[in-house]
Amino acid sequence: MILKVGQSLASPVDTTTVIVVRAPKAEVSLTCGGVEMVVGGKPGGDGSSIDPARIGGAQLGKRYVDDGAGLEVLCTKPGQGLLEVNGTALPIKAAKPLPSSD
Amino acid sequence: MNITMLLDMAADGFGERVVVGTREQGITARELQRLSASGAAEIRKAGADALVYLAVNGPAFPVAMFAAARAGVPLVPVNYRLGREQLDALLANHPHALGIAGADQAEALERAGLTVYSPQEWLRGTAASTETEPDFGDAEEPTPPAVIIYTSGTTSAPKGVLLRHENLSSYVLGSVEFSSAEDNEAALVSVPPYHIAAVANVITNLYAGRRTVVLEQFTPGQWLDTARREGITNALVVPTMLSRVVESDADKTVPTLRALAYGGAPMPARVIERALQMWPEVGFVNAYGLTETSSTIAVLGPQDHRAALESDDEAVRARLGSVGQVVPGIELEIRDAGDQSVGPGVMGRICVRGDQVSAEYAGIGRMVDERGFFDTRDKGFLDDEGFLFVGGRIDDTIIRGAENIAPAEIEGVMLRHPAVLDVAVVGMPDQEWGQRIEAAVVLRPGLPVDPAELRDFVRSALRSSRTPERIEYWDELPRTETGKLVRRHVVDRLTKQATGV
Repeated sequence: MILKVGQSLASPVDTTTVIVVRAPKAEVSLTCGGVEMVVGGKPGGDGSSIDPARIGGAQLGKRYVDDGAGLEVLCTKPGQGLLEVNGTALPIKAAKPLPSSD
Repeated sequence: MNITMLLDMAADGFGERVVVGTREQGITARELQRLSASGAAEIRKAGADALVYLAVNGPAFPVAMFAAARAGVPLVPVNYRLGREQLDALLANHPHALGIAGADQAEALERAGLTVYSPQEWLRGTAASTETEPDFGDAEEPTPPAVIIYTSGTTSAPKGVLLRHENLSSYVLGSVEFSSAEDNEAALVSVPPYHIAAVANVITNLYAGRRTVVLEQFTPGQWLDTARREGITNALVVPTMLSRVVESDADKTVPTLRALAYGGAPMPARVIERALQMWPEVGFVNAYGLTETSSTIAVLGPQDHRAALESDDEAVRARLGSVGQVVPGIELEIRDAGDQSVGPGVMGRICVRGDQVSAEYAGIGRMVDERGFFDTRDKGFLDDEGFLFVGGRIDDTIIRGAENIAPAEIEGVMLRHPAVLDVAVVGMPDQEWGQRIEAAVVLRPGLPVDPAELRDFVRSALRSSRTPERIEYWDELPRTETGKLVRRHVVDRLTKQATGV
């Protein structure tokens, strides 16, 4: 699917939800626990049906990025499934915060 | 995304942590979520299309902000010291709002026909209520803005800046890492709620998991006492506050303080230099931004401050007077009168583009050019390494004998004189020159100096064409609550002093 910045996606097989921070121009397949995530939906699963090879656990507040694909998502609700884009696992982005200011 | 999402994440990630108020009596993230859900139900029940907040900063403010966000209506924090006429005109824009007002301000909202709660009533009501607003779903993004802040122009009526959920969210996500604050961190905010920094601060601190304490009435003594008592690690001030703390005779040790951020107006070099020396353990941050840009677009970080203080290189030292480098996600151009982008070292108009830039005014729309750039109307230039120097508002420019002069340049020089505590330089009408330069100076107590000596001091640094022709000594300068100089008032008073009218 074509993703847009600001879109919220939910996993049909566990509790994970993410929000798109950077979107690729091309179509990509964004999956959680091996199953395509759904735009705008509510997460719908307890993780019990996930193939053990696809357990990875998205963590609340962490960003997952694939520079090659041009995709960055922020996990807004954690879950058990592994986040993958086009079949490749999405690694956590290293945190580099700015000095706090406002 | 709706900023409610950020609160929901906080409630999920560190729900039991106190995020608003004191350690003993504060509100946890989970409680804030519940209070705001009740507040949202109240807003929906009242059929209100906005939530006006006309009170000092306090725990009711974040509850109001997130209640409005969850209900899908804008929060409108209003300056409680506006004149009656200005206040009435502003409130006329929101006839169907629900209001939260302090005792002194309730009358204005009632006059406008709004239902009013005091901040205490709002907190008690949301705590007692069992009603809640259902989660309308993560994908929903209400069309109304998250916050409307009226900017005080110094010459015209205030304009409402529309800060959309995506502006605020992208700013927060771009500059803060979720749950990055340790359990013992605490922020002290002394900025009023109608200032963009206060709005942004609620969200950035919440998202980081940092408890926020508010100081309603600023005095240096109270600020220092509160900082020590609450174990404050991060503080946000405007330059005049730091100046007063630095000048005060009180005990200035704050052992827990690790970071101090300032902004909202130019910081005099002497003040920041003294603060850097007084608190060697503290990381100082100069944050430059506008209401229209959802606050910070450029930052001079702690390393930059120390490097500038310690350097022998003139160019590096000068950076202490800069606002640093742009934050990720912001593109910046300096443009000349012909809208062409100019190179380093050349003064021009600061123009910016980015997701956090709203630049949208009520009734007007987004004031951006065809490439999406917003003209901040601040003058500035970049040095060779992208450090931004802000020169003052375009409108403050003095034009004397066809020469453009920035008051900030002359003020900067005068502030270097040890006897000068504060100064305002303005252009006064002049038959011969169009405008002539005059200055109002606040002297440091116990350090008298002849105006002629001050004029010589300026002349030796700048040309005589940039030397004030007249200097008046005042007890204080006319400034807004956030420390911005009101030049119009300086001009008025200087005129009265000269003419006796």
